[in-house]
Parts: sequence; C-alpha cells; structure tokens
Amino acid sequence: MSEIMPDDMIVCRCEEITVGEIKQSIREGAKDITGVKRRVRAGMGLCQGRTCEKLVQQILCSELNICPEQTGRSTARPPVRPVTFGELAEGGVV
Amino acid sequence: MIEKDVVIVGAGPAGLAAGIEASKAGANVLIIDLNIKPGGQLFKQIHKFFGSSAHRSGTRGMDIGMLLLREAEENGVEIWLKSTVIGLFPGNKVAVEKGLENEAKEVVTILAKKIIVATGASENVVRFKGWTKPGVMGAGAAQTMINVNHVKPGEKVVMLGSGNVGLIVSYQLMQAGCDVVALVEAAPKIGGYAVHAAKIRRAGVPIYMKHTIIEAIGDETDCVKEVVIAEVDDKFQPISGTEKVIEADCVAIAAGLKPTVELTRLLNCEFTFNGVFGGFIPLHNKNMETSVEGVYVAGDATGVEEANTALEEGRIAGIAAAQSLSLIADKEAEEKKDAIWKRLEMLRLGPFGERRLSAKEVVLAEYLNKVGMPQAEIKLKG
Repeated sequence: MSEIMPDDMIVCRCEEITVGEIKQSIREGAKDITGVKRRVRAGMGLCQGRTCEKLVQQILCSELNICPEQTGRSTARPPVRPVTFGELAEGGVV
Repeated sequence: MIEKDVVIVGAGPAGLAAGIEASKAGANVLIIDLNIKPGGQLFKQIHKFFGSSAHRSGTRGMDIGMLLLREAEENGVEIWLKSTVIGLFPGNKVAVEKGLENEAKEVVTILAKKIIVATGASENVVRFKGWTKPGVMGAGAAQTMINVNHVKPGEKVVMLGSGNVGLIVSYQLMQAGCDVVALVEAAPKIGGYAVHAAKIRRAGVPIYMKHTIIEAIGDETDCVKEVVIAEVDDKFQPISGTEKVIEADCVAIAAGLKPTVELTRLLNCEFTFNGVFGGFIPLHNKNMETSVEGVYVAGDATGVEEANTALEEGRIAGIAAAQSLSLIADKEAEEKKDAIWKRLEMLRLGPFGERRLSAKEVVLAEYLNKVGMPQAEIKLKG
C-alpha cells in the first residue's frame, strides 16, 4: 500500500491534509475518524468529509489493523451544506 | 412558519415516488431538491433498464424520469428546486436554503408532520498520486457531463472499475465521442454484467484486469496528461516493473457509492454498518420508518441499490407516511405495501440482487432487535 500511497499524497482536499499527517495523528493516538479530524482537521472543510471520510477510514484500517465499522463516523452538525452567514441571519431558523 | 403534511428531501426516483403516493392519498406534499431539475440520476440513464416487465425493463431511465415527473405534477406535488435542506431540528422542523428566481437564496423553516429522507448517495474516491488533479472525477460525474450537460469530460479517458457503472459509462463516453483508452480493474474478473463488458470489448477498449492506477501526471497547468497503471498481486499491491504509461486527459473512477446520511445522523437515528449497502446506513422497518417516529428513508440513502428499488422504497415510505396521517385506511395501505415488498423481492434476484435481499433482511431484523417501535421524540445529537 505504501508504494501507491506516499506520505505527501493529499487525502482531505478541503483542508489539504496529507497521508503523512493522518498517519502522524494516528501515531499520536487517534483511533477513529473523529480522532483524526480533531487532530489534523481532515473532514472539517467545506465538504465536511463527504469525499475523504472513506480514505481516512482506509488509512485507519491499515494502520491500526481494524475493520471499517470500528473507525466510527464523524458527527453531523447543521448546516449540513455550506450556507452564508447573511442568509442565516436573515432567515428565521428555529 | 410554512406547514406541510409531508416534506421529502430529494427529487430522485425515491423522493418522487414517495411524493406521488403520499399526494395521491391526499397529503400536502413538498419535495426539496438542490439541483436545477428534478429526477435525480434518472435523466442521465440514457440506457434501457434490465429486469422484469413489471419494472419497465427495456425502458430508458430518462423516460421513467419523465413518467414520474408527469405523475407528480398530475397529483399536485410541489417541488422546490435549487433548494437545499441544511438541517432537521427537534419538532420536525426542516431548515431550507430556498432558491429564489433571481438566483438569490433565503433560509426558511418548514414544519413537517412527516419527513422522508431520499438524499441518494455520493461516489467513492480512490486515492492514487495525483487524484486531486483536474481531469480526475467520478464516473457518475462524467456521465452527468455527457448525458445531461452535453460536455465531454476529456478526449481520452481512463476508466477505473469494471462494475456496471464503469462499463455502462465507458460505452456512453464512446457514444459521446470520447476515446476510452483503458478500462482498469484491480480484481481478476469483471465486476458488472458480461453483456456490458462484451460491448466494451467489441468496441476495442483495452481492458487491464488485475491492474490499478499508480499515478495521474499533470501537464504545465496541472491537468491530467498521462496515467500510470501497473499490475497488482493477489493482495492488490502493485508489482514493480509492470508500470505502463497511458496518454489520457481524464480519469473516471467507478468505485461504488456511499449513502448520503448527514440528515438522518443529525436526528440521531439508529445506524448500522452494512458493506453490501455501501457503509453506515440508518436502520428502518417495513414502513421505511427510521428509529425516530415520523422520519422515513428511501432509496440509496438507506443502502446503495438501483433506481427501481429506490422507486419502490419511495412508494412504501409515501404510503406509510400517509397511513400514519390517517389518510389511507390501514387495510388498503397494508395491501399496497405488501404488494410492493413482493415486487422488491423480484428486483432483488440474481447474483447481484440476492446479496441485497439478504442484506435488507439483516437491516430489518436489526431494527426489530434494536428499536422495536420508533421513538416519538427527535433528539438532537449533543
């Protein structure tokens, strides 16, 4: 796997987080998707991990030798799609 | 606050079918979709569907889309386009970024008696060096470009993945005037139907089995100009010395899909992990109701399958929502739902379908064990 996944390869495009940074966060104790997200911001950008979550999951699985369901899932929070502050302020949301 | 009997998120086959059924029963229905046109992925399905005549085999996906749209219109289903549901809140409140006529947006909240989440799925990516370069995209995105927007994604395309999506989109890319220069598959055998693979072979597309993409190399503007592939061993590791460089300006990735589940997560619905269905999915019962009372799911958002199963699940959700609003007599609703579950069984046949049939049974059984009856109160995840 290492051959086709060099450390400088980008995993989270929104936050420009690389394979190396994610592996480092796992060495520092991250055990699941949320752990990686909190340490290096992978999945915290505009798309909220829709693209990279499975890639982070694969790295967690291979580094920790666990199965995908053990990597957990990120917490969903509103707004689930990008929206401007102006629109939010003008609209009477709940 | 706007009030609706049933608010449906997503105007694809599941959402439209749900809307039609609920509306037929007399419910006041609103479907919300972020695209400029309704129909979900149906309008890019220019090919004829497989299956039984009860499921319009031999009909093109786009024609099924037209039929659904007409039926929705005839039944008075309201559809908001260019509108995005940005959150679901306690008390069945739906926050929407609504698209207005002048391209402006406004945020509104709707009070819904019942909510049906039919948000579909998104494409999986595969990482290789250069996967973020312009020219690398999902096969579904390439299909949207050619069949909906009439724009070629590139001149020379490398397709990664030989499932039905990879095979069908390869053929359609050729029909659109692109040159499919390679079909790359890591497994030792073709993933999709042999009949689709034969079409690609006859057209002379080089098929590289037990191969993977190592790198997409960019030109001076960083756009893809070459793709490096290599043979893989039994553990899918590339074998050094087998690299081959292919001239191409587009890579289409057909590596499956995953259900879009943020909204059901937001409501703290019970989830399960199911590999056959593409990952984490909300549990549901035979009414397509989640663990949260009044919140239903249908289509790929509850496990990746295909348009016909999405449509049938949507019908069930629509009928069940109307039934719980006392708009349909219980007996009539149960008969209708039973008939649809039987049709779904027919759809989940064959080498591809059987796995989904048993996976669905697992999901339904897990719901009974874990949830039993849906819980009344929507709790926001803390």
